[in-house]
Amino acid sequence: MSVAVAVRTGAPTGRLRVTLANLGSAWRAYARDRASLAALSFLLLVAAAAVLAPHVAPYDPYEMVALRNALPGEEGLILGADGDGRDVLTRLIWGGRISLLIGIAPTLLAMIASLFVGIFAGYLGGWVDLVIMRFLDMFFAFPLVLVAIVVAGILEPGLLTIIVAIFIALLPYITRLVRTTALSVKAQPYIEAARAGGASPWAILWRYVLPNVVAPVIVYTTTLMGMMMVLGSGLSFLGLGVPPPVADWGTMVSEGRTVLKNAPHVTVFPGLLIVLVALAFGFIGDGLRDALDPRSRKR
Amino acid sequence: MTEALLTVENLKTYFHLRSGLLKAVDDVSFSLAPGRVLGIVGESGSGKSMTALSIIGLVDPPGRIEGGRIAYRGRNLLEMPERELEATIRGNRVGMIFQDPMTSLNPSFIIGEQIAEGLIAHKELGREAARANTVELLRLVGIPNAADRYYDYPHHFSGGMRQRVLIAAAIACEPDLLIADEPTTALDVTIQAQILKLLSDLRRRLGSAMILITHDLGVIAAMADDVIVMYAGRIVEYADVATLFRTPRHPYTVGLLNSIVRLEDSRDSALRSIPGAPPTPIDLPSGCSFRTRCPHAVERCAVEYPALRDAAPQHGVACHLVAPGEALNS
Repeated sequence: MSVAVAVRTGAPTGRLRVTLANLGSAWRAYARDRASLAALSFLLLVAAAAVLAPHVAPYDPYEMVALRNALPGEEGLILGADGDGRDVLTRLIWGGRISLLIGIAPTLLAMIASLFVGIFAGYLGGWVDLVIMRFLDMFFAFPLVLVAIVVAGILEPGLLTIIVAIFIALLPYITRLVRTTALSVKAQPYIEAARAGGASPWAILWRYVLPNVVAPVIVYTTTLMGMMMVLGSGLSFLGLGVPPPVADWGTMVSEGRTVLKNAPHVTVFPGLLIVLVALAFGFIGDGLRDALDPRSRKR
Repeated sequence: MTEALLTVENLKTYFHLRSGLLKAVDDVSFSLAPGRVLGIVGESGSGKSMTALSIIGLVDPPGRIEGGRIAYRGRNLLEMPERELEATIRGNRVGMIFQDPMTSLNPSFIIGEQIAEGLIAHKELGREAARANTVELLRLVGIPNAADRYYDYPHHFSGGMRQRVLIAAAIACEPDLLIADEPTTALDVTIQAQILKLLSDLRRRLGSAMILITHDLGVIAAMADDVIVMYAGRIVEYADVATLFRTPRHPYTVGLLNSIVRLEDSRDSALRSIPGAPPTPIDLPSGCSFRTRCPHAVERCAVEYPALRDAAPQHGVACHLVAPGEALNS
């Protein structure tokens, strides 16, 4: 067979062109769902505010700037003041740093770790699978929240503790999904075809199993982010997370409950934000499901 | 005859299942000369696909090759280390084409890279050379705009086109042996003819030998030089294609050929079939596996499995009722 080398010139060619086209079609598939688009915009706005907190927050988060429990609109504070007279809006902006980190970081880390563990268990099967999965099954005997509380309780309270606790609590859940997905991918004829083509076990794991497992796992992980933010807030509420006066949204809800009767806004605003952001993660997961489906890729 | 390319001797591939021992391939022997086309016919579960997988060493637990020898150019593949099989046999000297083109390609990668991958691994080509070579292969299997379609994903292709891609992947390293496991079963009838023609043209061009596994006797008649008929894991008859179609000896082969619908059949005539269903492979009848469906079965058939004997030179039959040289009256 002769070798014909096709030379093409001009704008992006070959692999790069495909990658760019894929990003384009993935984005179009994502953006087709208005709710996902709105959720992403909302989340980007919240994240930007959190990152730029020192520049955008109107006051100091720890300073008393108004009368205690000032209602929204009073004394020039849009969202009012909390039980210590601190600006609620400012504390929400600063709290976003911690709350978003708690939602995203441990979940992402757990996803990466689970991909490795789950693919090994699912694809290799046999005793590897047996040992890994029975070990993780032990965690399933306890509710996720309880596992997180136990881990957080063992360590010193703090941001890192929450991240570690959620990471450990999530591992069994994501690993189980990865393993199940890897099992179904393993049974696909294209795996047998790849083996018949002489692909090594490593090549099959990296180029055949991983790419076909990763999409559903990313979708699941994204929806978990919102839930984990709520869980992290819960841990802070129990005093296992960031110590006061540092604000995260969970702590703010917790502090607000003492003045709930006279100043419900101190609890309601952080609570509402937690709900909205968690919801946004869910919608983003939906959008990613469409974006990551290879069938959405156009020519 | 020249020296054999592939010799399979007394191959036994068994599955140890909870419910019992399944002899998927039981004492199968044959040999294949370079450039010849061997057809393996049989119904589902007759062991034809498992024979193919045994040759390239892809029998997964609970299946195991329990005995026999598979010699490729004199080397026993059953003793070859896994790494060497990956590097020199699978996808390199032996190309395999599977039944279902819709699911035999990785949905997450562009098709060009799936073919180029083999060239890079086996022929140690650089990325760009492999790409150019792949485009040439795609053109060869009749894919229009090959240079552009290199970058397409499997879901952009129809079933027939995907089978062309899989054929391109199988022949990429110019194998000595092509194994095609029901290559046209999942395709439309019109596409089937195109794919068969493509396959036989390419095979002739490369000078490869081919093992063609099918349950379609029409495909065998059109493509094969020699034929093996398998039933319940064993070879029941082998012969060259003309002999097999003209003077079939085994009652099962006779039944298969009789069930072909002919043009001269009248509209109202019932379709002919072999009575009964294939036996459960775990629970085979004693003696000859076919005796429960055989119109000629005698007592001896239940006692003893008939050995595969030459009924004529190069024509083996495993049936007590066929004495050497004698034809079965059916």
